[in-house]
Parts: sequence; structure tokens; C-alpha cells
Amino acid sequence: MVGYPAIELVRASLGRYSITGIYQGSVGLRNYARLVEQDALPTVLVNTLVWVVLVVGVTVLISLALAQLLDAPFPGRRLVRWALIVPWAASLIMTSKLFAWLFDYYFGLLNRVLTATGILAAPVDWLGDDATVMGAMVAVGVFVSLPFTTYVLLAGLQTISGEVYEAARVDGASGLRAYRWITLPLLRPALLVAVVLNLIYVFNSFPIVWTLNDRNPGFAHDTMITYMYKIAFKSALRDVGLAAAVGVVNVGLILIAVIAYLRVARWREEPV
Amino acid sequence: MAAVLLAPYAVMLSTALKPEAELRVTPPRLLPVEWRPQNFRTVLRDPEFQTWLSVSLTVAFASTALVIVAAAPAAYYTARHRFRGRAIFLFLVLVTQMFAPTALVVGLYREFFELGLINTYTALILVNAAFNLAFAIWILRAFFASIPREIEEAAAVDGCGRAGALLRVVLPVALPGIVTAAIFAFIAAWNEYIVALTLMTDASMRPLTVGITSYVTAYVQHWDLLFAASVIAIVPVVVLFALIEPYLVGGLTAGSVK
Repeated sequence: MVGYPAIELVRASLGRYSITGIYQGSVGLRNYARLVEQDALPTVLVNTLVWVVLVVGVTVLISLALAQLLDAPFPGRRLVRWALIVPWAASLIMTSKLFAWLFDYYFGLLNRVLTATGILAAPVDWLGDDATVMGAMVAVGVFVSLPFTTYVLLAGLQTISGEVYEAARVDGASGLRAYRWITLPLLRPALLVAVVLNLIYVFNSFPIVWTLNDRNPGFAHDTMITYMYKIAFKSALRDVGLAAAVGVVNVGLILIAVIAYLRVARWREEPV
Repeated sequence: MAAVLLAPYAVMLSTALKPEAELRVTPPRLLPVEWRPQNFRTVLRDPEFQTWLSVSLTVAFASTALVIVAAAPAAYYTARHRFRGRAIFLFLVLVTQMFAPTALVVGLYREFFELGLINTYTALILVNAAFNLAFAIWILRAFFASIPREIEEAAAVDGCGRAGALLRVVLPVALPGIVTAAIFAFIAAWNEYIVALTLMTDASMRPLTVGITSYVTAYVQHWDLLFAASVIAIVPVVVLFALIEPYLVGGLTAGSVK
């Protein structure tokens, strides 16, 4: 089920298709050569890098704090946990539409709140302005990635027994030092899973960029995934072969990113 | 903190309760001046919405059933038996997770185009089941593995037989795990967007996630209806999710520590 389309994807990336999708024979690696020549490619690659690094990085940092907080009992913890579930349970496309509405230049509440409180002097066209649209998308990306990440880290925290901390306290380590030298190392397996899965999910995330960026023409703010989709189904190109080449490059990039991360994580493991 | 997480959805609800004229006032107001719960009735009575809902329900239920039927035996077997290639099998299962649907839509489209399954329930059910299988196997395996083998053996000795032991002892004990995996698969299928967007080109075969976006396009802007429909789609899922919340932490560790 996953295998066949994967093979088909590679085959398609080596073929030529008419605008209506009829296979017209193999062209070898020419689609890849054409992909490299696309003017939009460097922009899209940079966008993808910024998108993945920022979303995963910020998400993990906030989630670490959130998980720590949720690990300790406090009044209303149940409520916060339930609240945390909502962005996870809500469909991505609905959340994306919701944020498109909140970011709206004229009628969005975000501008209203920011200008009323004096943080902004004038309303900003968040999704129409080249300078802010990526930031807006990253914010939404972080928002929807938080629940899953926090839960994975929380699960990791709960496997650390209290005795370890007691021992640390006896030895005089507490607070930040205990966190740095005990919690973080013990949390590594969970952190690894959280980062790797997030890398994959965020890289492949489609609805957010698709929805928040739909007013902007061209490929100026597309990531690889929406770029691929536009090439295959939406743009004037309508080129299945070229899109499939993007798809194959995508999978390759994910693999490289994941392997690179695993390398770095392992490498750090040794000195500790 | 709960407030920060919920604030956007509160806006969703309040917008869903506004009359259309109030959507376009500047400056925008948080709460409606005139409350309009009728928006929900309008959506529920919209024949298009009913179609989307039934497509979503069909796909989500059928693919969930398929996932559990396929994942439970695989998970049980890998949890109980050490066989050659077991680690490879489990790793391969995880690799399928790496090929997120988005990366494969082009291939999927061609696959189903050639099979003549574009715009069919079968296509969407199969794809959803396939993409949720990996997660289900991992979660279920952990649950099965945590059931002591002795319980099963004792039941078999007591005259249940192997099949009986499986049915009467193991399955009930593993039920929380099965429910967790099922709800997970259901939610994923319920929220799936990109594959449905690609494979269901016929307006009458669209699920909710794709369908509701037609409330707001370049030509019509019914944000009130869009959000009313979204609220209707989100609430049951949040309730389901809240039900499995206690197992969520356990299920995720099981996958992560192994």
C-alpha cells in the first residue's frame, strides 16, 4: 500500500507525462535535470529549511517546558492536559483556516488585539506581506505540533523515577543543574523520538502552508511539499514527472535530515 | 496556559455564532452582538454538509475497522514470538510512517487512476488504513507484550484451549490498547486532508475536511458556516481524544522506549 505508490513515484519521476496525465515514455533523469533548472527551487529549498528548523526547534523548546510543568501535579492540570489535546484533535485544515481568519488584515482579531494593546501602531497584513507570512506559518506550525511533542516528552519524563532526583539532591545537585545533568540525558530517548517524528511530520506538513499561503501567487513562500503539489495539480506546469522528481528528492531530504540528526544525537551521547 | 491553547478555538466558536453581516465589521469584535445559533442548523441542514459528513463517517469507521483487524494479529504475533526478521519487520513498519501521505499523493493518484478507483470509498479507506497501520501495530504490540504470558497459559491449562485463551483472556485484557489504537486511527482518518483532496475530485465524494473549505473560497466567504461546520467536526474528536488521554502517555512511551 505504501510500497506501490513509492515505486510508482520513482517510475513517474523518470517519465514524461502529457498535461492530462498520459504516460509518454521514459526520459531517464531529465526531470531531475529540469528540476535543478527551475527558478523557484532555491527559494523553495530555503523556505523548507527555515520552516522545518524553526518549527521543530521552537516546538521542542516549548514542549520541554510544558512537559516539565505538566509532570508535576498542580490544580487544574487536568484542564491544561485537555486543552493541550484540542489542537491535536482538531483537523489541521480547520485549524489552518481558523488562523487564516485570525491573521486577516481587516477582520482578524490578532491585529485588533495588538493595536488595541499598543504593541503594534498599525495593523499588519500578516499573510499578504512577504516579511511576515513565513513567521505566521511557523507560529501555526508550532501551535499544532506542541501537543504531540509535549505528550511524547511527558511520557519520557514519567519513566524517570523519583529516586534518581533524590540521589541527585543528596549529592547536592538541584534545580537547573539537576535538569541539565539528569533530566535531559535520561530524556534522550523520548527527545529523539519527538525530534525525528516531528522532522518527518513538519517536513511533510501540507495544510498549513497550503492554506495560509494561498493568496500569494508564485512559489515565493512554498515548501517542497506544496511546491510539488502545485507542480502536479495546480500550476500551469501540470507536470507529473517533474512533481514526482520533487517527491523523490523530498523523501531523500527527509532521510538525510533524520540520519543527520541521529548522528549528531549519538555523537553527543559518547562524551556524557 | 489552557487559555492560550484554547483562545483560537474560542474565536472559532464565537465566529460560528455570528450573523454573516457581523463578520465584516471593523474593528472586529470578539463576541457576537446578535447571537446566531441558527448557523449550526443551517450547516446541519445543508445537503452538501450531510454528504461530507457521511463520507467522513464511512471512511473513518471502515478504515479503523480494517486497521484493527489487520494490526491486532500482527501485533500479537510480533509480541509473542521471536522470529527471524522480527526486528526488520517492525522497522519496516516504522519506515512506512516516514512516507507521509503528502509525499506520496502523486504516486497514489496514479495508482488509483490506473485501478479506476478515483472517487471511490475503497480508495480512501485503503489509504487511510495503510497509513494508520504502522502506529496501530506499534501501540498494540506494546499492550500485548505487557500481558504476562502466564495468564494465557493458565487459561489454556484450565481448559480454554489456545484460541479460547486468546479470545476470553488476552483480548479483554488488551481492550484498552485496542480502543486506544482504534481511536487514534479514527481521528487520523477523520482529519485526513491531502489524500482526500487529491483522490476525491468529485464534489459529491468529498469528506468533511475537504468539503468545508468550499464555504470560503475566492468567490464566497461564509466564515460563519465554515467555523460552525468545523466546530461540529471537532467536538466529537476532542471528546474521543479526552477518553483515551490516560492511555496516551503509556502508548507513546511503549513506542518510544522500545
